[in-house]
Amino acid sequence: MPTKVEKDSISGQDTTGHEWDGIKELDTPCPKWWLYTWYACIAYAIGMFVVYPSIPYGKGYFHGVTGYSQRKMVDADVGKLVAQRKGSMDKIAALSFEQIKADPNLLEVAMTSGRITFAENCQPCHGPGGGGNPGYPALAAGAWIWGGTLDDIQQTVTHGIRSADPDARQSAMPRFGADGTLKPAEIQAVADYVWATFYGHATTGKDVSAGAKIFAENCAACHGDAGLGNRDMGAPKLSSQVHLYGDAHDTIVNQVTLPRQGVMPNWGARLDPATIKAVTLYVHALGGGE
Amino acid sequence: MAARPVIIYNDAVVKKFVIATMFWGVVAFLVGVYIASELAWPSLNLGLSFINFGRLRPVHTSAAIFAFGGSALLGTSFYVVQRTCRARLWGGEALADFVFWGYQFFIVMAALSYVMGFSQGQEYAEPEWHIDLWLTIVWVCYLLIFLGTILKREEPHIYVANWFYLAFIVTIAMLHIVNNAAVPISMYSAKSYTVYSGVQNALVQWWYGHNAVGFFLTAGFLGMMYYFIPKAAGRPIYSYRLSIVHFWAIIFLYIWAGPHHLLWTALPDWTQTLGMAFSIMLWMPSWGGMINGLMTLSGAWDKLRTDPGLRFSVTAVGFYGMSTFEGPVMSLREVNALSHYTDWGIGHVHSGALGWVAFITFGAMYYLVPALWGRKALYSTRLASWHYWIATMGIVLYIVSMWVAGIMEGLMWRAYDKFGFLQYSFVESVVAIHPFMIVRMLGGVCFLLGILIMVYNLIRTVTSPTTEQPRQGLAAVAPHLGLAGA
Repeated sequence: MPTKVEKDSISGQDTTGHEWDGIKELDTPCPKWWLYTWYACIAYAIGMFVVYPSIPYGKGYFHGVTGYSQRKMVDADVGKLVAQRKGSMDKIAALSFEQIKADPNLLEVAMTSGRITFAENCQPCHGPGGGGNPGYPALAAGAWIWGGTLDDIQQTVTHGIRSADPDARQSAMPRFGADGTLKPAEIQAVADYVWATFYGHATTGKDVSAGAKIFAENCAACHGDAGLGNRDMGAPKLSSQVHLYGDAHDTIVNQVTLPRQGVMPNWGARLDPATIKAVTLYVHALGGGE
Repeated sequence: MAARPVIIYNDAVVKKFVIATMFWGVVAFLVGVYIASELAWPSLNLGLSFINFGRLRPVHTSAAIFAFGGSALLGTSFYVVQRTCRARLWGGEALADFVFWGYQFFIVMAALSYVMGFSQGQEYAEPEWHIDLWLTIVWVCYLLIFLGTILKREEPHIYVANWFYLAFIVTIAMLHIVNNAAVPISMYSAKSYTVYSGVQNALVQWWYGHNAVGFFLTAGFLGMMYYFIPKAAGRPIYSYRLSIVHFWAIIFLYIWAGPHHLLWTALPDWTQTLGMAFSIMLWMPSWGGMINGLMTLSGAWDKLRTDPGLRFSVTAVGFYGMSTFEGPVMSLREVNALSHYTDWGIGHVHSGALGWVAFITFGAMYYLVPALWGRKALYSTRLASWHYWIATMGIVLYIVSMWVAGIMEGLMWRAYDKFGFLQYSFVESVVAIHPFMIVRMLGGVCFLLGILIMVYNLIRTVTSPTTEQPRQGLAAVAPHLGLAGA
C-alpha cells in the first residue's frame, strides 16, 4: 500500500508512513521516564543476581555475596521460637499434671499451647471445642470410650487408636452381619432392643425380648448387661446420650452388621511429649475431663 | 487514494466466535458466582460431587480463560488479521469452521470431564491427555490459518496487533505441548500421569501457568487492544518504536518469570531469584502496552463520553497497568511471604481477568457486533453505560475485598503470641474472611448482571428496527468491512 509520512496535527509527530485498515502509527520515541525506569529495574535485577543465589553451573550454583539461604532462614526462625518456648515446655515435660496445674503461669503456657495444638490438629475431626462429629467422639461431653482422666487422654493422644503404634489402643467389634454370626432379622431384633432399652426410644407394642436374648449372648460380654460399656476393652457405653455414629436406628443396624473401626493417629510420632501434655490439659478442660 | 479491489472477508466465522464469546462469558461468570457462594456458604456444595467446589472451580477458570477469553481471541484475531493484511482467511471456510467447532468441542469436553471428576491436577492444564491431543490438532490448524493469511497479505508490513496474536498462538502451542507431556495408564483410560516429577513438575507447571497469563491473557489481548483502540478512537498508534521495544521485551522476559509462583517452596533459591529478577524487569515492558493504549487516545479523549465501548477498552488498559505493577511487587520474596497462598492472589488474578481481559473484550464486542451485523449503532448506549458502571463496581468490590482478606490471612498466619506459639489457627483465618467472601460474591453478581445487560443490548442491536442501516449499497452499509475502497 503506497503510503507516505505525514505530520499528525494534534501531536506534531510524524507518522511512520505505514497504514493498515486505516490505522497509522506515529514515530514517537519511547518516553524517557519509561526508558530510565526500565534501566533502573534492570540494574535492580542484576543487583539481585549478585546479592542472592542466582547463576547455576554444573552441579552447583553461585550462592550470592550475602550467603542467602531460605533453609538457614527457616532453621533460624524456628530455632528462635523453640528457644522462646523452651523454658516453659521443658518444665511441662518434667513436671506432673498436678504440679503444672499448681503453677498458674505454667498452666497458662500449657493451655495456650494446648489451644493452638488442638485447633490445628484435633479440631478438623473432633470439632471446635471438642463438640465431636459423627465417627469422632465428642470430647467435651464426657462420653469417653477409653477413659477421660489426664493419664488416659495422654495415652490416647500419644499412641492413638488402631494406629500403627505398637502401644495403640486396640479394639475390634465383631462383624456380626458380614461374617454371618447373626442373621439380618436377629440384627434388627437386637437393634430394636438397644434402641428401646439404652437409647431410650419408645417402641410401642413391640416385643424386644428376642433382642434382649441376642444382646445377652453376643454383646453383653463387652458392652455390659446394662449397656454401660467397658473402657478396658474400648467398648462404648450404649446407655449414654452421646453415640459415636449418631442416634438413628439404622446406625445400630449398620454397626452390628459391618462395624466401622475408626482410627486416631498416634500423635507421639508428630508432637513432642510436652506439647502432648499441653493438649491433654486443654482437652481435659473442655468440659468432659475426669 | 487509488481505488483498491474489494476483498470479501470471512466474517461468518468471526460472528460465530462473537456469539460463543458472549455465551461462555455468561457461563463463566455464572459458575464464578456460584463457586464464590460455595466459598462463603459451603453447604451450597449440596453434597453433590459434580457441583462441589473442587470440580466447579476448573469449570469456572477454563470457561473464563479458554472459552470466553479464547473465543474472543480467536474471533478477533480472525477479524483483525484479515483487515490489517487485506487478505481473506487462508485455508477456506471449512478449515476456519473446523477451528471454531473443534475449539468449542474441546471446551465442552473439558468442562464435562471436570464435573465427572477427571483432572490432571495441574492448574489451567486440567484436561486429560486425550482432550489435550484434540486441542493440539485444533491449535495447529488455527496457527496455519493465521500464518497463511499473513503470508498472503497485500500490505507490505505486518501490523503490531498481528505480532502479538502470532506470539500468543505460537507460545501457547509450545506451553501446551511441553506441560501436558503425560503417560496414560492405558490406551483406553482417561487417566494419565505427567512425565515430570517433584519440583521439576512444579517448575514446568508454573512456567506454563505464568506464560498462559503472559501469552494468552496478556499478549493475545494486547493484539486486540492494538486494533480496537485506534479504530474506535480514530487516532494513530502513539509510538511505533515503543510497540517494537515492548513487544520483544515482553516476549523475551515473560518466559523466565514463572518461578515467582514458587517462592518459599522446595524450588532452589537460585531459581527463585531468576523468577523474581525477570518479573521486576518485566514491569516497564508491560507498561509499554499501557502507554501505547492510553496515549493513542490523545486528541480523542472526548470520545469516552459518547462511546461506551471505547470506555471499556480504556478502563481495561488502566486495569492492565495496575495488575502488571501489582504482579512484579507480589513477585518480590518479601511481599510474597505475606501474599502467597492468600486471597490476595485471587484478587490479583481477577483485577487482570475482570478489569483487563473481560473489559478489553467487552470493548471489542461493542465495536464488532454493529460492524459484523451491519447495524448503524448499538441499540442503546445508555444500557452499555449501565453495564460499564455496574461491572466496574463489581470489580472494585471484588479486588478490594480480596486485598483485605488476603492481607488479613497473611498477617494471621504469621502471628505468634507472647509465648512463641501460633496466635491463630488456620480455621480462625477462614472465619475472619467470611464477610469478605460475601462481598466478593456480590462483586461477581454485579459483573454477571453487567454481561446480561450487554447480551440483551447486543441481541437488540442485531434485531431492533431502530439500528437498521439505510440500504445504499455495500460500501455504505458496512464501511468497516473493508469494502471502503470499492
